[in-house]
Amino acid sequence: MRTTQKELHIYILPLQFQDHQLLTGLSKVLKEIFGVPVSFLNRPFSLEKGLDPVRNQYNSTWILSQILQKVPDKTGKVLVVTSVDLCVPVLTYVFGEAQLDGKAAVVSNHRLRDELYGLPKNPQKLKERLEKEAVHELGHTFGIIHCKNPQCIMYSSTYAEEIDFKPISFCKSCSEFLEKKKSQYSS
Amino acid sequence: MSNIKKDEESIKILIVDDEQSVRDSMTKWFLEDGYSADSACDAKEALKKLQKEKWDVIFLDIKLPGMDGMELQQRIKDIDPNIVIIMITAYASIDTAVRSLKEGAYDYVTKPVDPDYLSHILDKIVQQTRILSENIQLKERIQELYEVDQIIGESSAMLKVFELIKAVAPTDTTVMIRGESGTGKELIARAIHSNSPRRYHPIITINCGGLTEGLLESEFFGHEKGAFTGAMYRRKGKFEMGDGGTIFLDEVGNIGPKTQMDLLRVIETKQFTRVGGNENIEVDFRLICATNKDLELAIKEGSFREDLYYRLNVFSIFISPLRERSTDIPLLANYFLKKLSASMNKPIQGFAPEAMELLKKYSWPGNVRELRNAVERAIVTGRGNHITVSDLPIPKSPKISPEDKSLESIEKSHISSILEEMGWNITKAAEVLKIDRTTLYNKIEKYDLRK
Repeated sequence: MRTTQKELHIYILPLQFQDHQLLTGLSKVLKEIFGVPVSFLNRPFSLEKGLDPVRNQYNSTWILSQILQKVPDKTGKVLVVTSVDLCVPVLTYVFGEAQLDGKAAVVSNHRLRDELYGLPKNPQKLKERLEKEAVHELGHTFGIIHCKNPQCIMYSSTYAEEIDFKPISFCKSCSEFLEKKKSQYSS
Repeated sequence: MSNIKKDEESIKILIVDDEQSVRDSMTKWFLEDGYSADSACDAKEALKKLQKEKWDVIFLDIKLPGMDGMELQQRIKDIDPNIVIIMITAYASIDTAVRSLKEGAYDYVTKPVDPDYLSHILDKIVQQTRILSENIQLKERIQELYEVDQIIGESSAMLKVFELIKAVAPTDTTVMIRGESGTGKELIARAIHSNSPRRYHPIITINCGGLTEGLLESEFFGHEKGAFTGAMYRRKGKFEMGDGGTIFLDEVGNIGPKTQMDLLRVIETKQFTRVGGNENIEVDFRLICATNKDLELAIKEGSFREDLYYRLNVFSIFISPLRERSTDIPLLANYFLKKLSASMNKPIQGFAPEAMELLKKYSWPGNVRELRNAVERAIVTGRGNHITVSDLPIPKSPKISPEDKSLESIEKSHISSILEEMGWNITKAAEVLKIDRTTLYNKIEKYDLRK
């Protein structure tokens, strides 16, 4: 699926992600929050080369670098959604990663699942966390850094339950920054 | 980058690691968190970057090609001991980690690092850096406060005093301040203290004039419980309280013979015992003393020990009485007016010209203290925008100070004051002076007196 659109666009690229209902919900949320068209990409490729066999985790930085080669569109942002466990070499894990003020982002629902922490399954919570992390990582691609306001989606969360405390919206200053950035893309 | 202002923006982080992936991912992580971050692949590059810019936090891999992390840590500490160093190790090697902590590293992390732990460390460092810089700022503000409230004067005598303060302050030399009562000897002592390396320790003032010998001894050295009747608790003496700081002995000329001897001993040994106690207490202090007494005469009379005098009179600063530096009077008067009217919330703008003349002519036996009190009283009673002659608590015919003690000088100032008193009515003035008008005219001409 190739697009000729010149305006800002968000593409969701699922890789090793089976829950289609979650993806549909996510696309709606992203459209609403970023106010730009959202569509799905279908570019299957193997993640195997990104696997660290010792840690049994996938290198998110490597995934991002692969995505950039696969997505020719100049104005779009690509969000990879996956269920594999992500890490960067120096950190034990990440929920996701993004290119700051760049094009690509990746999120995983692996560590967002309550059952990983010995709690009962909670599909609603998982849905919310994934959506929040997706918005957060995409926020980075618009150049927004971590925000000190705990009531902002750009507030940094390093463990799953922390994500639950923040709302799925930008604070005033991050929101203004986003709008400014968006207008730069369209001009 | 975001335009959102954050505390972290001011913190600069350098990552020193030979693995590119570690450098890249950590740099990125810190940039997303709003810090400014950069990296170096080895000690050589790190040192180059350290010479070029100032860094706050350095993440340092213990294993580096060439100079290793431990050695680099030493070099960094030599360059800037305030840099927070966090060691990165590939394996949790307790030995090296402990060694690096002993060498002054702030913390260590093992690769791969738990992101939650990394955030936590950085939060702590940000907080610590902020407190540190706040502390420095507050100290600077304290110093400014001292400087603002310091000594006022433009006369050559005072400029000389300023020079002496500047010269002696940074040393540990004992200073003797001489000057009449009210000339601001304590202010000079405070100025010396606040410009000395001891400024973050206290300056303890002991007024030796107002206390009996026994009380003064206890004031100096403290006493143990039960040392004398009424000593119900152990009490620390002023020398003990001033440890690390400055002891200011005001009116040192009034100390009795026994305490003089004790004082001499504590100056020489920097040790003393509390009254009624056996424990030797060591103290580190700088001594400043002040007196308006003629100590040289006191030595001759035998009331002041000569050896103590030489111990105290190492570097002396003499403050001239106000009447000998009348050019400082308007400066001081305006300074007090501004300061006191602001604190009393009175919108007084200045002195009427006649009032200022009167201030300049008065002899100020109580010196600057008297001037300050006169201005304060004038502000309280004054009603208009300016302080007038009638607001000033100076006698109607003030004792005008003659320039010197010669008969001629006294005659000049006496005629001048009578003329002022009589409103320059020559007939009345001549009557009061019991001389004829022609003689008075001649005198006015001779002394070049003007209305």
